[in-house]
Amino acid sequence: MDKWHKAASRFRTRRPLRGAGPAWLLEIGFAALVRLAGYLLIAAVLLIFYFLFSQARPLFGHTALWDFITGPRWLPVSEPPLFGILPFIVGSAWIVSWALALGVPLGLAVAVYLAEMAGPRVRSLAGPLLTTLAGIPSVVYGVIGLLVVAPWVARLLSLPTGLTGLTAGTVLALMIVPTVATLSEEAIRSVPEEYREAALAMGATPFQARWTVLIPAASSGIAASVLLAMGRALGETMTVLMVGGGRLVLPTGLAVPMRTMTATLAVESAYAVHRSLHYAALFAMGLVLFAITFFITLAADRLLQRAKRGVGQT
Amino acid sequence: MNRFHERAVNALLTVLFWLVIGTTAGLILFIAARGIKGMSWEFVSAMPRDRGLAGGVLPAIVGTLVLTSGTALVTVPLGVLAGVYLTEYARPGPAVRLVNLAIVNLAGVPSIVYGLFGLAVFVLSLRLGPSLAAASLTLGVMTLPVVVTATREALAAVPVAYREAAYALGASRRQVILTHVLPYAKSGIVGGSLLGLSRAMGETAPILVTGVAFWLPRLPTGPASRFMALPYHLYIIATQVPGMPPARIWATALTLLGLVMALNFAAAGLRRYGKGG
Amino acid sequence: MDTGKIEIASLSCAFGSRQVLHDITLTLAGRCVTAIIGPSGSGKSTLLRCLNRMTDLVPDARVSGKIILDGTDILRREQDVVQLRQKVGMVFQKPNPFPRSVYDNVAYGPRIRGLRRRRELDRVVEEALRGAALWEEVRDRLHAPALSLSGGQQQRLCIARCLAVRPQVLLMDEPCSALDPAATAKIEDLITGLRRELTVVLVTHNLQQAARVSDHTVFLLDGELVEAGETATIFTRARDPRTDAYVTGRFG
Repeated sequence: MDKWHKAASRFRTRRPLRGAGPAWLLEIGFAALVRLAGYLLIAAVLLIFYFLFSQARPLFGHTALWDFITGPRWLPVSEPPLFGILPFIVGSAWIVSWALALGVPLGLAVAVYLAEMAGPRVRSLAGPLLTTLAGIPSVVYGVIGLLVVAPWVARLLSLPTGLTGLTAGTVLALMIVPTVATLSEEAIRSVPEEYREAALAMGATPFQARWTVLIPAASSGIAASVLLAMGRALGETMTVLMVGGGRLVLPTGLAVPMRTMTATLAVESAYAVHRSLHYAALFAMGLVLFAITFFITLAADRLLQRAKRGVGQT
Repeated sequence: MNRFHERAVNALLTVLFWLVIGTTAGLILFIAARGIKGMSWEFVSAMPRDRGLAGGVLPAIVGTLVLTSGTALVTVPLGVLAGVYLTEYARPGPAVRLVNLAIVNLAGVPSIVYGLFGLAVFVLSLRLGPSLAAASLTLGVMTLPVVVTATREALAAVPVAYREAAYALGASRRQVILTHVLPYAKSGIVGGSLLGLSRAMGETAPILVTGVAFWLPRLPTGPASRFMALPYHLYIIATQVPGMPPARIWATALTLLGLVMALNFAAAGLRRYGKGG
Repeated sequence: MDTGKIEIASLSCAFGSRQVLHDITLTLAGRCVTAIIGPSGSGKSTLLRCLNRMTDLVPDARVSGKIILDGTDILRREQDVVQLRQKVGMVFQKPNPFPRSVYDNVAYGPRIRGLRRRRELDRVVEEALRGAALWEEVRDRLHAPALSLSGGQQQRLCIARCLAVRPQVLLMDEPCSALDPAATAKIEDLITGLRRELTVVLVTHNLQQAARVSDHTVFLLDGELVEAGETATIFTRARDPRTDAYVTGRFG
């Protein structure tokens, strides 16, 4: 209540009763300002799309979009240059699939354990740890991958180099665990307790109530968490750049060096000559990445909306 | 038999849970233990020498702090205003749906794509060149969705009775927002913004092409100057400098992690405080 | 013998230090509708929840005494609560269908019990929906989401969901309090019809409802049993003046 008094007294002293004119203007001006800020967000999305597209356009005079996506070779500065990003798409696919295969089960296990089985002390221990895991910058993950995980992978699989898609995917798996865990835990927690009661009252064991009612009821939210994790893994740059191995050849397996679209952008956009075909090709790659993540986040958002509605309805 | 499989599943969950928690704790302790070995007063307070092989990382620390402040300058005012628009002014309709869609999608765009955007718009089209200003603007746009979302949540948590009391005294909408609603929601907004900024602070990809430099052993002089930053410095010394002692790499990683986590936990504390009071 | 008779002997229940039920001794006749009435906070719902051990879900609840169903004390430690709750179903105040299809809701109980054969499930679901007087209304949209039904239909769906496991006893905790009068009337008809099949124990604070649908009435006050008997007797010639005062609307 103290706050209120302070605020109220400030309000009295600041606003003597003046004429209506300037006050009226202030109201309109402020409303216009905030509206402008809101619309700026829409403008930002449109601008990102517009700039990616306009910078990428010169490429499509040289390489058609379809050839760009399915082309198996990327030789941007040779003569004549070849712009095919299939190796990077396949590289991303390998790395993201492995990251999800490893990270999603772990994240879900953490979510279910935290939502359903953990006591308050375990939860208060796990919370900050997961926050930290989510907060570690990706370049630090890259260092961990480079100095810790890669040597292990090389030794375990007796590979010539530990810098492979497998290594990158493994590190990414750790990065997405907190995303899956926190969002799925929230989804499970937001299922009304009545569902559990109803199931128990019908003779379900607590275990059955959890797995046949609660978790299925949270499935939209859980699926959204997986999609968001996938988006994050797909857009992740530094880790895959540092530990992916960076080979330009179409990868035929997981345990070989490979490169993703993001890593290519990070390496090459620093030196591509402005307004060259190479520069345009990099923006085209950005556009492809933008489009993929756009649809992933859109789908995740749909699922979250559905989860909200499903629970809110009675 | 039934109960046996229930126990097996529960045991598996428990094992996986502690595996994740143990790995996380181990990871943090590992970075801390390795990093402390390379840490010294000189390391955090001196200019680098000999391609980073000797000396300290002061310009990278300062660069990161200045860059993050610049990002805050861009993203907080815009994000808070947009959040105010969405909670206090906008009526549900196509405009709000579009803005929501925009927020969701901005949050999903990979950071390297923000880098490309910043390169095309701020560095080249607006002719800012690779600079602190261009990098701050780029990271600022990237952080917007976090700030807007935090602002919205904080504003939505302001009790209706509190607003009504102010309106009942004859305050206008603008006055109610500026003198009552925003002060009340302050800690939530600041906490959420710090969380977004802590992420921006650790980003490498967007600044890679908008102004960061590896070798610039002096402090940044103004918005048009190029700068060093910890994440990029870490990337370079870990991958591009042969013969770099691991202790220096870990010390740099620990410094970055320390700064990011300090901001991160300050954010979490503020948000909890905001919810409590 | 499966009579559905429930004998309650010196039942007490406390949540932490708060005593909610005091030494209740009572017999609920099988295949009848028994209404439990009393003002708010008198322990009606707690008594109901003791009957299928839903009180176990409250961490600091202590229940003592005996509740005999089918010749065994369901409060004894070795009682398998899962089996008990299959025999004693429960319908809640607010309709709480699971967020999936009508069919899946009704099939839930049989399925967790291991029934997988499609034909048999179909039969059980239809039977249960007929039993809950809902079949005609939903037969064409068995796979529509349960949450798309009206409130009254949802509550009957919850009843059908219980019936699908063929309980001997059905506990109902103010099942009509969230419903409009038309939906309430349907549920009341249904309760009257169910009496032939099973024992119904109904908690209600709607006295007219108790009078309309029940055979026996139990009046609780502050966790104590004041009076139990035939509904007609309770409502017209109560022995205890407190009962009389309550049913004639002088307090509560």
